Amino acid sequence: MKKYLSFFKMRLMAGLQYRAAALAGMSTQLVWGAMEVLLYRAFWLEAPERFPMGMQALAAYIWLQQAFLAFFALWNWEYEILESVKTGSVAYELLRPVNVYSMWLARTAANRLARGLLRLLPVLAVGCLIPAPYGLRLRVPLPVFGLFLLSSVLMLVVVCAYSLLVYALTFYLTDPGGIMFLSIAAADLLGGAIVPLPFLPSWLRGIAQLTPFASMQNVPLRIFSGDIPLGQIPAAMGLQVLWIAVLGAAGYLLTKRGLGRAVILGG
Amino acid sequence: MKLYLKFLSVHLRSAMAYRAGFFLTCLGQLLITTNVFLSVIFLMERFGSVGGYTLPQLSLCYAVILAGTSLAECFARGLDTFHRILSDARFDRILLRPRPVLFQVLCQEMRPAMLARVLQAAVMLAWAVADGAVAWTLAKALVLALMIVCGAAVFFGLFLVNACICFFTLEHLETMNIFLDGPREYGKYPFGIYGKPVLLVLTFLVPLALVQHWPLQYLLGRGPLWYGLLPLAALLFLIPCALLWRLGVRHYRSTGS
Repeated sequence: MKKYLSFFKMRLMAGLQYRAAALAGMSTQLVWGAMEVLLYRAFWLEAPERFPMGMQALAAYIWLQQAFLAFFALWNWEYEILESVKTGSVAYELLRPVNVYSMWLARTAANRLARGLLRLLPVLAVGCLIPAPYGLRLRVPLPVFGLFLLSSVLMLVVVCAYSLLVYALTFYLTDPGGIMFLSIAAADLLGGAIVPLPFLPSWLRGIAQLTPFASMQNVPLRIFSGDIPLGQIPAAMGLQVLWIAVLGAAGYLLTKRGLGRAVILGG
Repeated sequence: MKLYLKFLSVHLRSAMAYRAGFFLTCLGQLLITTNVFLSVIFLMERFGSVGGYTLPQLSLCYAVILAGTSLAECFARGLDTFHRILSDARFDRILLRPRPVLFQVLCQEMRPAMLARVLQAAVMLAWAVADGAVAWTLAKALVLALMIVCGAAVFFGLFLVNACICFFTLEHLETMNIFLDGPREYGKYPFGIYGKPVLLVLTFLVPLALVQHWPLQYLLGRGPLWYGLLPLAALLFLIPCALLWRLGVRHYRSTGS
């Protein structure tokens, strides 16, 4: 356990060095957030009664979404891992006294955390400066805030477990490109990226609830914005835990089997 | 021109060499932009209309932007990935050849997969036309063509600015994505929807509203004819872009790699 933690810390420190890139990325996130809020404002001014959630809740959702982007955006793949499986250099990992899956998990989690933390605060700060109802609402009851933090951690793990499952599948596929872009598109559609889940038509929302994508950004963002009532939060977080178990187990077993099957040719 | 066509066919053939991969890339690109428009469909299903626009009218609006960006992304790919051309010293070789510099940069890379999106734009346009979003006249059809062509030109200018920045930073500046990827996302609605400040910026600073919002008013019968001719004014944007490019080329020093 200790070696994975120290590897995690090492990657995190390395990731936190890319400050200039984070600054440039942040400006994009700020504009994205502003455009998104302005767009929903147009709908809000026209027909507030047709909103499934309040403007304040929606604005909080949008700003947090931009701030947290690096935590959950599936397109932040670990290309080093993908390459290592593709070229077979993953075999070197077998020489080390570590579990490959755990190493990957530590690396993925650390990189996402570092990227996210670097971009997080300024976006949140700007979100807070914007007047109600278009800014980031701050007055969240303490227990809800605690649950939000916990569910954010669970979100990070769900996203990592899903990514690792994709990496594990590359042992069996010649080109993981297809499953990668299908994952991104599905997560955008069913995870609350293109519109928050309450805005989806009900039949599609039903489908979305059955997928792991609804256990990613959807849960913490809606807990924070007060869109999930307190009574339903345990169920939503339970579902996150369930997906972690399912995706984690599948990824772990597939990685183990993939490595067991691999025949390393010398050279 | 003949040489350009030759390069085009080379890039097309090299893309087609891996046919399955090419179609997969096309599909991936289409899924992204389809998702963008799905968000419009979902919101319109719930709200019926926004700012006086109906779904077929928004389809027309997004088709124009989508066609413009995709054409530019296909043919100005060399400018989009200019940091790579600089970093592997291909630009040094380009300077040595007796052909226009910009021309050669454009010939370096093309991205035919983007043409799948042009196809999507055509389908959305056809749907909007079939649904009677606009009472068509010959003048309006011409204005529509002007919107797409000038839109592509403005995006081309933006890619040129992106490349110029690379002269100074040697790296792709993520901030530019606001203007390179942003319009493809937010052009799904007429820019007026986002409020006056945004419309002003996109009218006078980066003239994207001149190829979308204003001529759209003319097409929908809500503005005078000269709104329809504004895409031509957007071409003025290319002048500062070209000057910046010349400044960049003059400033260029090889990385020596």
